Amino acid sequence: MTDSALIAKFAVRQGDDALVLGHRLSEWTSRSPFLEEDLALTNVALDFVGRARMFYQYAATLTGGDANEDTFAYTRDAREFSNLLICELPRGDFAFTICRQYLYDAFALPFMQALMKSSDQQLAAIAAKAEKETKYHVRRDTDWMLRLGDGTEESQGRMQKALDDLWGYTGELFDVDDVDRALIAEGIVPDVSLLRDQWLETVSDTIARANLELPQADWKAAGGRDGIHTESLGFLLAELQSVQRAYPGLKW
Amino acid sequence: MNDNVVALPDEHKFQARIDAEEKIEPKDWMPEGYRKNLIRQMSQHAHSEVVGEQPEGNWITRAPSLERKAILLAKVQDEAGHGLYLYSAAETLGATRDEMIEALHEGKAKYASIFNYPSLTWADIGAIGWLVDSAAIVNQVSLQNTSYGPYARAMIRICKEESFHQRQGYHIMMTLMDGSDEQKAMAQDAINRWWWPAMMMFGPHDGESAHSAQSMKWKIKRRSNDDLRQQWVDQAVQQAHAIGLEVPDDDLTWNEERGHYDFGPIDWDEFNRVIAGDGPCNRQRLAHHKKAHDDGAWVREAMSAYDAKRRAKSSAA
Repeated sequence: MTDSALIAKFAVRQGDDALVLGHRLSEWTSRSPFLEEDLALTNVALDFVGRARMFYQYAATLTGGDANEDTFAYTRDAREFSNLLICELPRGDFAFTICRQYLYDAFALPFMQALMKSSDQQLAAIAAKAEKETKYHVRRDTDWMLRLGDGTEESQGRMQKALDDLWGYTGELFDVDDVDRALIAEGIVPDVSLLRDQWLETVSDTIARANLELPQADWKAAGGRDGIHTESLGFLLAELQSVQRAYPGLKW
Repeated sequence: MNDNVVALPDEHKFQARIDAEEKIEPKDWMPEGYRKNLIRQMSQHAHSEVVGEQPEGNWITRAPSLERKAILLAKVQDEAGHGLYLYSAAETLGATRDEMIEALHEGKAKYASIFNYPSLTWADIGAIGWLVDSAAIVNQVSLQNTSYGPYARAMIRICKEESFHQRQGYHIMMTLMDGSDEQKAMAQDAINRWWWPAMMMFGPHDGESAHSAQSMKWKIKRRSNDDLRQQWVDQAVQQAHAIGLEVPDDDLTWNEERGHYDFGPIDWDEFNRVIAGDGPCNRQRLAHHKKAHDDGAWVREAMSAYDAKRRAKSSAA
């Protein structure tokens, strides 16, 4: 693969992560525990949809032809989507949403900070914008981790269950494949496997402060980058793509 | 002079302040009826913003392009924000948000009846933005001069954002009318279903409106229902025609003498039925709001418990 094909592939992966996670967040709109939180979750969903657009737009310019951001979002099937599994899991209760968001954002912060140093200027610029948002997201998520972990017995129980259910999906955040290796070698993308220790330290600290226990599970689910997803992604895409699929090729 | 007026708490002096176009502020004396009327209207307005998230939120996950999705998310986020300003403004009158939400759940407080209609296609998101938000703007612009200061200021902020909403709704309709036959049919179907409910948003005719006369006297309301409705019809008809949409009203004609459109009779039976709770979606809208509130109870309890623990720790330290 040429460099630009590899970079496009990387950008689509990042776009998929952001779109699918943004979709799950947007399912909270009008369903949050109170109005301020409805506004906040909708706002974070918008950040992720915006991030997806930036990555897809860049991928489209690299791919050339007729591709645009919507081509990636609306015309590919689940097997072609390359998001990490943690992003697609159904939204669950508020505890699950907060834990997922925290675990992901705590990874995204050092990741985007590293990607800001990319030799590819466009990726570096997208990462800089994402990093600003992620700083705010992590602060928000951490506050919620503490409040819900150290709140009531019920909230603590829900948070521990969410953490335990999610833990096996965090390993995939740090996986590196041939696409990554080629780009890492050229200084275009960071080596995520090197971010794991830092992530684990941050996350362990928050979990301890939140009166929760670090899961000791040794299971790991992976496959998202290769299009091997959980069964929920097909339904997510069926919904997301429904209008485009029913009326292909039109402008909206 | 003003100090004297404030120092003499009686309805006569209060009315004199209103007549002089002074703004009433939270700590000023006001008749109990004025306070109650305002709480009713402002909480109804706040609930409308919040319940209005449902028909639009219904299409966030299915928006047909990423740009439309982002715009719709931003719009619904604004609506939630408007709900917040309005609850806060109503709280300055001594009503708590919990009480207002409880009144909504018990069916004592209303919200805009228009949100009891279903959003069935993507074109409905265009129609809601264009027709419903423009009707809201016509009403809210007149409320920028309402006599209660916090309400007037909330309206000024809200109107700025609503005009963006209205434009995005109209832009969706324009794009559809510029598209395939199916898209045009979708747009026409949407205006067919939303036109009359939007007309009803302005409420009953002036003579039949339960709260109108007193609200006008107190300048809570600044213009009559019929007056606002006419202004809206005049602008919406022209916008519809400009993009090739037909207005679903056989009696619609331009009246040269009045300089306004004449329009057909509104189905007040339907209006009353929907207000009374028997519209197509009333039950789902309330059930949805209640479920979100009930599902979130443990979160709110955890927040209070966490805050209490923090306070205990800091006072022990």
